[in-house]
Amino acid sequence: MPDQTFLDSTELVLNMGPQHPSTHGVLRVILKLDGEKVLGTECIIGYLHRGVEKIAENRTYAQFNPYVDRMDYVAAISNGLGYCLAVEKLLNVEAPPRAQAVRVILTELNRIASHLLWLGTHALDIGAITPVFYCFREREEALKIFEKYCGARLTTHAFRIGGLLYETYDGFEQDIRDFCNMFIPKVDEYEELLTNNRIWVARLKNVGVLNADECKEYGVTGPVLRAAGVKWDLRKAQPYSGYEKYEFEIPTCQNGDTYDRYTVRMEEMRQSIRIMRQAVESIPEGPIMGKVGKVVKPAVGEAYVSIEAPKGELGYYIVSDGSTQPYRCRVRPPSFVNLQALDRMIHGGLIADVVAVIGTLDIVLGEVDR
Amino acid sequence: MRKLLKKIFLVDLFQGLWVTFRNQNPKYIYTEQYPAERPKVAERYRGAPRLNINPDNGETLCISCNLCALACPETLIVVTSARSEVTKRKELITFTYDTSRCMFCGLCEDACPVDALELTQDFEMATYTREGQIWDRQMLEEGPKPTQYKC
Repeated sequence: MPDQTFLDSTELVLNMGPQHPSTHGVLRVILKLDGEKVLGTECIIGYLHRGVEKIAENRTYAQFNPYVDRMDYVAAISNGLGYCLAVEKLLNVEAPPRAQAVRVILTELNRIASHLLWLGTHALDIGAITPVFYCFREREEALKIFEKYCGARLTTHAFRIGGLLYETYDGFEQDIRDFCNMFIPKVDEYEELLTNNRIWVARLKNVGVLNADECKEYGVTGPVLRAAGVKWDLRKAQPYSGYEKYEFEIPTCQNGDTYDRYTVRMEEMRQSIRIMRQAVESIPEGPIMGKVGKVVKPAVGEAYVSIEAPKGELGYYIVSDGSTQPYRCRVRPPSFVNLQALDRMIHGGLIADVVAVIGTLDIVLGEVDR
Repeated sequence: MRKLLKKIFLVDLFQGLWVTFRNQNPKYIYTEQYPAERPKVAERYRGAPRLNINPDNGETLCISCNLCALACPETLIVVTSARSEVTKRKELITFTYDTSRCMFCGLCEDACPVDALELTQDFEMATYTREGQIWDRQMLEEGPKPTQYKC
């Protein structure tokens, strides 16, 4: 028998999840606690594993396209864009300018929809219930545009390899303009609700601090990295799909705490509106589909393309063996990599901060587990 | 001093409450009274599949080319056909579509060369059994018949 009894032990092991509502899916976190203090965490993932990378090996290039939407299902369009760009690189074709402009508009709209879902659920985790209703109200408008454009709201399958399948509908430009005009005052409204609220500030300031060096060590990307003060955005660093034509800022902050990540994401939504406004005024005329045959059959080779998804760097690495099916398709998901920093961020924090930190990482378990 | 006064008089909280108060206006009501009031889905909505028939003579438009079955990522479409003795053409016998596995990606619709298979705007496809999710040719031609509720 050990000498120590239950009363002597200082460490309490507590399971958080997989059914916990604020783990945003089916994440299980094993917390080692000393009272309310978190001594260590361990993430158990894989509850939503569907073997997407393996599925890719048994599907043709075009057939795999709808599956990528199901990884990060709140930003399906970004996933589709990344995959299409990777296969286009493999085929050595480029989407026509008109297709590129429409892609940029829809991807930025999706970024806003994703950040709105993040803001709503994150605020709900902290205890503010109102923002979730407002955010979902505005997100609905974005989803309506997706539905009108491609016929689905969430798992859109909007882009095809080589360009677009669907031509924009009548009134697409006007819908986007209306959305932009409607949305800016709404962001101000969210900021009015949250930014100066004392409970919000007290819960978020100096919680889950991750400084720039630690971010780089962990390979963390996206708003989490930018909140630590690193000006790194793939849309600027290695522009794809015509992003070099648009003017926008990369919002950054200094402290790298949860509050800064909130600030960065709010500013990112404004920048997305800015990109959409520029893009919608300059959609060129022309074809929407590049020179891609009915059967996509790339030559032997490999391609890696990474894009700036709402959550960070989303990469697709595709190996072709010259057949109609990919030999290997590896996805570098931003959520999975960002999740690795969780332990560092909440070490020594309080148990209530765990919820705030998981929320601020903006993970989607469909993407973590694939 | 100003900061202290602001803190004592709960300025930041009232600022937020004012936003929620503004949104109380009944003209911002967004709730949809679903079964009584159906949402208008977009024209391109990818919903329940339908096998189109020629309205003039009631014959199917499907030429049983099997392209939809080949395009489907989930291989949930099964088409059987036989060569007719009279016309010497392929004629459709059965067309099975398993909607329980369908992810409504629209690839079958794109593949169809004669626009026979189409994803329609119907979205109410719930059934009481799993077997009910597997649609045969008759079901695909008629489409789902959801219960209509009056408000």
